[in-house]
Amino acid sequence: MKHIKVTPQRLLLPGLVGCLLVLLATLSLYASPYTIVLITSILMYVVLTVSWVIFSGPTGYISLAPAAFFGVGIYTSAILGRTLPLLVVIAVGGFASFCLALLIGALTLRLRGIYFAIFTFGLVELIKHFLLWWEINMTGTRGRFVIVVNNTTIYHVMLGIFVALVLTAYGIRRSKFGLALQSIGENEEAAAHIGVNVTLVKVITFAISAIFTGAAGGIMATRWTYIDPYIAFNPLFSFMPVLMAIFGGMGQFYGPFLGAVIFAYLEELLITRFPYYYMLLFGIVLVVVILFLPDGLAGLIQKWRKGGQARQHANP
Amino acid sequence: MRILEGEGVTKYFGGLAAVSYVDFYVHQGEIVGLIGPNGAGKTTLFNLISGALVPRPGVIRFKGRKITGLKPHQICRMGVARTFQSVKVFANMPVFENVLVAALFGNSARVSSAEAAKEAAELLEFVGLSAMRATLARDLTLANQKRLEVARALATKPELLLLDELMAGLNPTEIAQAMELVTRIHGQGITIFMIEHVMRAIMNICNRIIVLHHGEKIAEGTPEEIATSRKVVEVYLGESAHARS
Amino acid sequence: MIVTILDIVIAGLLLGGLYALIAMGLSLQYGVARVLNISHGEFIMLGALTTWSLYTVFGMNPLIAIGICGPLAFILGFIIHRLLFRRLRTLAASPAVFEGNSMLASFGLMFIIQNVALIAWGPEIRGYSYLAIPVSLGGALFGANRLITLGFAIIIGLAFYIFLARTRTGKAIRAAAQDPVTAGLMGVNINQVLALCFGLGAAMAGIAGMLISLCYPVHAVMGLEYTVIAVIVVVLGGLGSIPGSFIGGFMLGLIGSIVTAWQPGLALVAYYFIFILLLLVRPTGIMGR
Repeated sequence: MKHIKVTPQRLLLPGLVGCLLVLLATLSLYASPYTIVLITSILMYVVLTVSWVIFSGPTGYISLAPAAFFGVGIYTSAILGRTLPLLVVIAVGGFASFCLALLIGALTLRLRGIYFAIFTFGLVELIKHFLLWWEINMTGTRGRFVIVVNNTTIYHVMLGIFVALVLTAYGIRRSKFGLALQSIGENEEAAAHIGVNVTLVKVITFAISAIFTGAAGGIMATRWTYIDPYIAFNPLFSFMPVLMAIFGGMGQFYGPFLGAVIFAYLEELLITRFPYYYMLLFGIVLVVVILFLPDGLAGLIQKWRKGGQARQHANP
Repeated sequence: MRILEGEGVTKYFGGLAAVSYVDFYVHQGEIVGLIGPNGAGKTTLFNLISGALVPRPGVIRFKGRKITGLKPHQICRMGVARTFQSVKVFANMPVFENVLVAALFGNSARVSSAEAAKEAAELLEFVGLSAMRATLARDLTLANQKRLEVARALATKPELLLLDELMAGLNPTEIAQAMELVTRIHGQGITIFMIEHVMRAIMNICNRIIVLHHGEKIAEGTPEEIATSRKVVEVYLGESAHARS
Repeated sequence: MIVTILDIVIAGLLLGGLYALIAMGLSLQYGVARVLNISHGEFIMLGALTTWSLYTVFGMNPLIAIGICGPLAFILGFIIHRLLFRRLRTLAASPAVFEGNSMLASFGLMFIIQNVALIAWGPEIRGYSYLAIPVSLGGALFGANRLITLGFAIIIGLAFYIFLARTRTGKAIRAAAQDPVTAGLMGVNINQVLALCFGLGAAMAGIAGMLISLCYPVHAVMGLEYTVIAVIVVVLGGLGSIPGSFIGGFMLGLIGSIVTAWQPGLALVAYYFIFILLLLVRPTGIMGR
């Protein structure tokens, strides 16, 4: 029989994560309403960022589509919110995003990465204009009202989406599928020649990542209560996950989480009084990171840890 | 049985024919060499066989089945594997994982993770890379990266292996080791089609040699026939060699 | 009926001229410097808002303001390339990595420029009126300002074409676009040429901005929409082909005019539809390699 030694070090990480989860799950019992809203926002950005990384991380294909999926989720909430139960509406939002991603992926993932990036870049503007035209000319509405849901429920739904996402992301990373994804990112041609159905893997991964973004949109819509194409399809929700992921560092699993939490919190601090300075800081950080810190914060942490370990081993 | 055959295989890039109406075949169990000056179209031909490119016009058949127009992963699963002229290992993945992916996806039959891991380990043993299974592929020497590519290709359980300049950039010792590896692979029953510039290897290992020049097949035969063919000597081995003979 | 068609065609040409100018700028930056400059629209915005400021604060004639906007934008673009993209180019492991990183960096630039503008000018929509005198062409009425825009686009397009085809620097640029490494070996100062192209592209954007401000209202967040259009035109004309961008711009302008006449508000949707079609059928565009 094999015995795995249960050492304190081995228990540390799972223990921390477990504690964190318990804290998050019981948040509504002890935190102020403001904190609940804040954590919801932070979780939203984490979901956007981590789901972006699921696809764009290993494959290296830069997707600027998250805002489109987010918007689809928002509109699903607006349209169906009154007729279906909340969780069903969220699920439909996720599913609709999945379908959109399948369509986009099937069309453009066969092409070079730059075309994919360009295509997803304009996608949000496209949908926004189309929806605007449609709402004005076809349905006669301009903006819609979304059902009101109390903040604690919103928080719990977002938490649920977050947990589902983390499990999915971790599962993919450790599975056969994740290995195939990685090989595609390393060398797509070689991966194809060893039996990986490259297009299929890319499209499916892209579609899976869209589900969570759409679901997040679906629940966040209920917080804003009034939405129109400009609010729902805001390119910012494509740019922010990219920045947060790069800043956090995509080499480690925790990198995107770190980047999202930091910048989401920064946003809370600055957005009401200094919105332009916040975005300016955003841009500057992105440029600085790309120039000097390509592995992001996580890369920096890894280097520091390795340096620490080396020093430890050097002293007998 | 002709495990691989091509009829009128042609590929134009713009106005230039990289490969021009080439008919070729490989018998099961052979080791066939493909030689020709640089730019003769050898790698393009391999790309046409492996599915990276589509011939127009032309037909390629593997075990009697038409494979023109199929995607590379489909052709791989049918039993054709290849290595690349400029080594395309998965640089940031460990050696073991490089082979593991191929073992998991390259076979048409479903393979369990445990079986694939066993396969990968055995293949690393076969090519002599077991000791480096945890090393990142980009930290290997060129010779070892080539071995890794071979192990990775073998993990897909091919019946036909396309080797694209396996010995390029290797020193004499490494070349000898590579030759021995090729012989061992052949001993396992795998048919081999190899592009090479190292004449020593080609002449010693191959049963038959095909010669390309400017995209056309200009000669075909046993090593002795090719070595003494005036046409080949002129075109490939150089005017000075011809003057000496 | 004829008048309506003429209306649409000329409106299309006017729009097209603008698009051609914008796209040529981006094409220079992508075709040669290989930077897909997402912040391209922001240079347009800067040109537009600067012209507005010069007109409303100093009473400067916008047509003269070109003399300020163009060079200023050029210098800005040149410096940015020198400081940012040149360094990225040396750091990148491969051209594909450089394309990705430079695109992301231009993202960051977009945020920076847009928000500096928001801080400086505020988010309000600005406009001014200059030469909005109606001119009659074949029975249809067009603003003189829009005709000037068209004139400028054509002149700059032609001038640029001649520059590329005839002058030494132009040839260096074409060589660098084809094969930067070899061009460098042939004695072309590659870094200089790339920065030059980037700067020129920025200058074209700045001038386009000035022309836009003549005809339309402007505000600090107007840039993104123009970037999207520029990207579509560049792909339509063929990634890397500057003449292609010129022609593509006019084509897209015509299409936009026709669609707007039929269903106002669907112009961008139509552009995008064509874009999708292109990607599926002929990603290399009209004149692409």
